[in-house]
Amino acid sequence: MLLCMCVWHAAAQDVGVRSDADRLDSVQRLSEVTVMARQQSRAVIPMQQLSGEALQRLSVHSVADAMRYFSGVQIKDYGGIGGLKTVNIRSLGTSHTGVFYDGIQLGNAQNGQIDMGRFSLDNMEALSLCNGQKSNIFQPAKDFASASAVYMQTRRPVFSKEGKNCNLNIAVKGGSFATVNPSVLWEQRLSDFLSSAFNAEFLYTSGRYRFHYTKKDGYDTTEVRRNGDVRSLRLEHGIFGQTRRGEWRTKAYFYNSERGYPGAVVREEPGRFNHQDRQWDCSAFLQGSLRQHLSARYSLLLSGKLAYDYLHYLSDPRMDVTAMYTDNRYRQTEAYFSLAHLYNIKEWWAVSLSNDLQYNYLDADLVNFVYPARWTVLTAMSTSLHRGNVSAQASLLHTCVNDHTRGKGGAAGSNSRFTPTVVLAYTLSPDITLRAFYKRIFRMPTFNDLYYTFIGNKELKPEYTTQYDLGITYGARWEHGILHSLEVQTDGYYNEVEDKIVAMPTSNQFRWTMMNFGMCRILGLDASVKADWRIGQAHVSTHVAYTYNRAMDCTDRRSPFYGGQLPYIPWHSFSAIVGLTWRQWAVNYSFIYTGERYESSANIPENYSKPWYTSDLSLSRTFSFTRFALRATAEVNNVFNQQYEVVQCYPMPGTNFKLKINVII
Amino acid sequence: MGKLSAYLFGLLSLCLGLSACRSDDEEIIHHQEEQVDTASVATPKDTASVKGFFLLNEGNMGSNKCTLDYYDATTGKYLRNIYAEANPGVVQELGDVGNDLQIYDGKLWVVVNCSHLVEVMEQRTARHIGQISIPNCRYITFQDRYAYVSSYAGPVQTDPNARLGYVAKIDIDRMEVVDSCAVGYQPDEMAVIGNRLYVANSGGYRFPYYDSTISVIDLNTFSVVNTIDVAINLHRLAVDSQGFLWVSSRGDYYGVPSRTYVVDPQTYRVTDVFDIPNMGMTVSGDSLFIYGTEFSYMTSAWDVAYSIINTRTRQVVTDCFITDGTEKEIEMPYGIAVNPDTHEFYIADAGNYVSPGMLYCFTPDGRKKWSVRTGDVPSRFAFTHIMLAY
Repeated sequence: MLLCMCVWHAAAQDVGVRSDADRLDSVQRLSEVTVMARQQSRAVIPMQQLSGEALQRLSVHSVADAMRYFSGVQIKDYGGIGGLKTVNIRSLGTSHTGVFYDGIQLGNAQNGQIDMGRFSLDNMEALSLCNGQKSNIFQPAKDFASASAVYMQTRRPVFSKEGKNCNLNIAVKGGSFATVNPSVLWEQRLSDFLSSAFNAEFLYTSGRYRFHYTKKDGYDTTEVRRNGDVRSLRLEHGIFGQTRRGEWRTKAYFYNSERGYPGAVVREEPGRFNHQDRQWDCSAFLQGSLRQHLSARYSLLLSGKLAYDYLHYLSDPRMDVTAMYTDNRYRQTEAYFSLAHLYNIKEWWAVSLSNDLQYNYLDADLVNFVYPARWTVLTAMSTSLHRGNVSAQASLLHTCVNDHTRGKGGAAGSNSRFTPTVVLAYTLSPDITLRAFYKRIFRMPTFNDLYYTFIGNKELKPEYTTQYDLGITYGARWEHGILHSLEVQTDGYYNEVEDKIVAMPTSNQFRWTMMNFGMCRILGLDASVKADWRIGQAHVSTHVAYTYNRAMDCTDRRSPFYGGQLPYIPWHSFSAIVGLTWRQWAVNYSFIYTGERYESSANIPENYSKPWYTSDLSLSRTFSFTRFALRATAEVNNVFNQQYEVVQCYPMPGTNFKLKINVII
Repeated sequence: MGKLSAYLFGLLSLCLGLSACRSDDEEIIHHQEEQVDTASVATPKDTASVKGFFLLNEGNMGSNKCTLDYYDATTGKYLRNIYAEANPGVVQELGDVGNDLQIYDGKLWVVVNCSHLVEVMEQRTARHIGQISIPNCRYITFQDRYAYVSSYAGPVQTDPNARLGYVAKIDIDRMEVVDSCAVGYQPDEMAVIGNRLYVANSGGYRFPYYDSTISVIDLNTFSVVNTIDVAINLHRLAVDSQGFLWVSSRGDYYGVPSRTYVVDPQTYRVTDVFDIPNMGMTVSGDSLFIYGTEFSYMTSAWDVAYSIINTRTRQVVTDCFITDGTEKEIEMPYGIAVNPDTHEFYIADAGNYVSPGMLYCFTPDGRKKWSVRTGDVPSRFAFTHIMLAY
């Protein structure tokens, strides 16, 4: 029961310890289980994970909202369901987070930014956060290539009883901001070795909500946020197959959306001008992978992906008189292929080699645009050792990047670099593990950084991060008593970001350029406690996470603000989740605290941002019938109607409601 | 059971307790005061003399952080961010991106670009009197009982990309727009000579098809009577003691550099051109102070020059009017003013644009006298003859 169904990621965690072939067999007919505490704590670098029911019970709209409950995470949120939401891990910067969807990285060569607000939790099985890299050496080279990684794992078909060949889950959600959100999940068993899953989701929201700005003994104003509407459609189809000693899966993904940009809330003649900026997106990808055990010692992992992204941005002065006319279309194409080998030399010693090849191209109708194309070749060599109480893992990644542009001399020079990672773990007692890791990695400048008309600077160097981490894990389980399991994780770390790519002004405010100018030093502490309790028929799970970050902007020694806390990084943040299930009922309470922070490295009163804390509640009841089950859920978010901003001038919604009906056949 | 309930109770009460005690009311941000000049504070008793100046900080686009500072020359005190405290009732303070500041008719006029309005304050108290909403407004100038404001947001004809700018005519007694006149693309600074209004058109939204003209408006008929072709991407205008018009061109940031031109307003001809990059300039007697920071995408570097041109002889007097090496401290010069009484001059330094800038005061011979921290992106000065009653 401790093993999980998502073989794809987690099952090979401690490859080399046992034979994989045995394991795979035992995994094939597992019923649905949720969290795997013990396995987690045994990993060299434990992942933070939210999965199964615990994830579904959270009253959140998107993956980004759920990510807030992990320690070490800072989310930038421009408000509302449609607002951009990006994830920054341990203050390293958004572009240093690799985001993986069903095992393959989501790319954005244009700006390196993944909007986590677009990913629905509707078909999400597990959400994991990994600092450094996954403690698994049998993976594509890309998994070694980012400072930290977020893994989104969608549901894999599981058929609860013998002879059941079809699962159907129809859901309708609706609530505040005129939100309508129907979805359907259809899983079909095609044979003993083949199944498929189809998932479709539609979302509409007006994005309208009231917010207020109040000054003590001063003004008090209530306004409505406009032009924040979103309409999106997501379609996914997956095929899951099993071979004699392995498995494969494919996924086709399609996303189409139209949204408005509400813009920053600044002083204006009330009601006179309305932002009308709009954006249309279309993303599609096709990906697949095959994991095959060719002998008891040798395994192979093949992965590939084709992706296309289209973005159309329109700002039209005929709609909004204050606007500057912009009408741009961007088209990105990506092709990716990876081959990874694992060889178990001994029971306790494994080596792996991964080769990835990736091609990216950006087409945009901008003036003087250079149409950049990029070839990336990644090679990762790694090894893992497990001897007695000691586990060790080391990897060396070689990255080679070559850009090509239309027109001579337009492309950045080629880059060839080696970056290492070393991980050590020591088991003090069956319950307690000590660990440490060192990782040095960089991110390439994006196409926008290098080639965007006016702003781009092709002389840019990669931006490096160095991480030093020391951590301890305590994990235990009891068969009797009310406390069923307990897991405590604490990490202290020191990070450095060098040659940080920042936008620098040129001779006027409206013309900026990118420079390798910044330097940051980050001292941090992450702690989380996860516990499961059982009292009679009631099952309670609690999860608390705390983060301390002292993130210093050490860019300019002469500046009076040298060493100032980085923008939007709170010193303290905290989250708590309490979930209770009793018979057919489930209640969930979640709390987020974001401490004081500043909107600029200049930590002065003008840039001060007050702490905020929100409480969310959800209640659900399942009704079982002979042929189907029905679940009704009611959610209240921001119960105390707190007015807050995550990003300056982007007010967040007050109390809001959601109702959800699921029909499960 | 007891352990669990204690644990849960503690957790819940912590969360709820925190939630209950937060108030959504924010404190008004108070001004900050600094003694910057202690050595030689002039005590101007003469009522006509300069009592100090206001300094406008643009603030970054989308941050609603335009602020107003005041320097009291009679006490040597610098007051940072005075607007919010003087006007607690004005929703969202001064606004987003202050682009121009002028004093006229006993009032302070601030053009707040991205708030799309002109803020009018009483000169003596910096208290809000009124506001005039003009979309994408840029600069302001005055003649008699009218104010003229340039705006990028002219009428859209067939091509939304070819949208002319306009000049709004404001009756300063009624404080409302009474007329408008379409000019070139993205008009910036203006100057009045005689009964003519000269408007520098940039075409900054139309890269690579910049505008290169000055529109000449007859103030009697309020219509364009002539167009002078000067150079691409025009920005600033200054009138010298001889009545000539000095014009700055921003260049195209690639191959065409920023330059300074002289236009004869009578003949509508360019009479002189100087190979001096020009980001800002100000006239003091027969001297034209120019600072130019020019970024070249070819060399990825800045060229900075601080020049004085004698407007009578048209000779370059110096290309570094800062004489004590302070120019090395200045990261990004963004504003200049010369005190009409003392001839001391001031340079505003925008730094990296995302954190507060600096203000430098220099003696007439170019030695640093003092410096002080300002708001974000300090740019425009306005000298006042009335002491601020704050």
